[in-house]
Amino acid sequence: MKVLVPVKRVIDFNVAVRVKADRSGVDLANVKMSINPFDEIAVEEAVRLKETGKASEIVAVSIGPQGAQETIRTALAMGADRGILVKHEGALEPLAVAKILKAVAMEEQPGLVIMGKQAIDDDCNQVGQMLAALLNWPQGTFAAKVELESERVSVTREVDGGLQTVSLKLPAVVTTDLRLNQPRYASLPNIMKARKKPIAEKNIADYGVDATPRLKLVEVREPEKRRSGTRVASASELVARLRERGVI
Amino acid sequence: MASLVLAEHNNASLNEATAKTVTAALQVSGPVHVLVAGSNCAAAAAQAGKLSGVERVLVADDARYANLLPEATAELIMSLASPYDAILAPATANGKNILPRVAARLDVPQISEIISVQSPDVFRRPIYAGNAIETVEAKGFKKVITVRIAAFTASPAGGDARIETVAGATDPQLSRFVDENLSRSERPDLTAAKIVISGGRGLQAKENFALIERIADRLGAAVGASRAAVDAGFVPNDRQVGQTGKVVAPELYIAVGISGAIQHLAGMKDSKVIVAINKDEGAAIFSVADYGLVADLFEALPEFEKALEQR
Repeated sequence: MKVLVPVKRVIDFNVAVRVKADRSGVDLANVKMSINPFDEIAVEEAVRLKETGKASEIVAVSIGPQGAQETIRTALAMGADRGILVKHEGALEPLAVAKILKAVAMEEQPGLVIMGKQAIDDDCNQVGQMLAALLNWPQGTFAAKVELESERVSVTREVDGGLQTVSLKLPAVVTTDLRLNQPRYASLPNIMKARKKPIAEKNIADYGVDATPRLKLVEVREPEKRRSGTRVASASELVARLRERGVI
Repeated sequence: MASLVLAEHNNASLNEATAKTVTAALQVSGPVHVLVAGSNCAAAAAQAGKLSGVERVLVADDARYANLLPEATAELIMSLASPYDAILAPATANGKNILPRVAARLDVPQISEIISVQSPDVFRRPIYAGNAIETVEAKGFKKVITVRIAAFTASPAGGDARIETVAGATDPQLSRFVDENLSRSERPDLTAAKIVISGGRGLQAKENFALIERIADRLGAAVGASRAAVDAGFVPNDRQVGQTGKVVAPELYIAVGISGAIQHLAGMKDSKVIVAINKDEGAAIFSVADYGLVADLFEALPEFEKALEQR
């Protein structure tokens, strides 16, 4: 079975983001970029499926600027077989991304799409669900455990208050939560090998998708800062202060 | 025109997230109709009918909606969508799972986790784990919105809505429910609690969470945890407060043995009053705390509990 893994290039999770002075967005210039952490978990899960003989080929696809090739290389170094880069400069809305991925899925015919539950930049948490809807496939979001059977996939999901297991007809879309697995570090030989793996370059126009944003971005601003308060000397003083404040 | 709100409930009772989403919906486009999809959900529907501002409650009571699987539920919402100019759901696991499916089917963008309605077309939402706030305008198409429940107050009781049954939609038969394993707790729900007390890596062991739980029970508080405490196996995943866990904004948040990683702050910094107890004076958590206590939590917590007993 072929597994398609969409991967997004985002500001590295360790970097403190800066809002541009003109409030037009977040400053991306000279900032360290990495693979979206949830997508990294998706790549790892796909590689494990291949290692256990349940997946035959892993295709990593990224939509973004030329630099997104690095993100695909990360996936290839972890064990994906080949890549597809759909080139685009500037922001894309999740619906447009889902439409492009749908076109890629129609072409590639994977049995399973595994991707992050959300990107840590726009925090939308939409693309997997939208892709499943556009393909009329079932979805297993926020996966904590994935078990592939011959005609179905069983997905244990992180829901409010615990875990829920659903059984989905294949093909299906699975989105990963934090604890699905611990992604591996790519070894140096695998990083070298990844350089030779093929990456096909495409444009959005090749897929006939209108990617024009529908929402208008009015502004991006910094959140209001909290002022740090007072120090108390003891737990009993703390209780007294909280009683004064009327919160306990 | 009107708004349709997808209710969060457990059939027997309505979750407060629904009342909060009604508040947001009233600011976007009234009147507000609430869809209660479930199985034997008449009690939850009756509660929805009593929320102030709700004009109608649509009830889809059918075994196929027992677990709100997204494939069947999205189909149901699609069958009802046409008269509404906005469809909203709380940004709960269900809302986040179902609504993008509806948006894609309607060929409209979704606006995720709004924290305020600036005008009926303009919304604010956090990005980058709350490190930036974006304002977006949605004009000229049906609005599909998930609502960050910590950011809105609940619509009070006082309504008297008409309750009507709606026919279920065809189940696409793509998925089936297998089982669920929900943690049973007598304590309030993390996202609805007025007081939350959370423990971090500083607790050092699973057993030590008992120190936190005793205080939680005395205060009627929910128990949360940092990602580090969850990763260390001290508490189950669904206790995690943070960017990748639950976002909470209670009246009082008490962080014990939590350093205050950006990840965690994103999930609690909108709490009204924040207390931090940590032995590391330089811990980032103190920068957002209204009251900070630099102390060894194994001494401070028993003292805190004792002080609570004395009135």
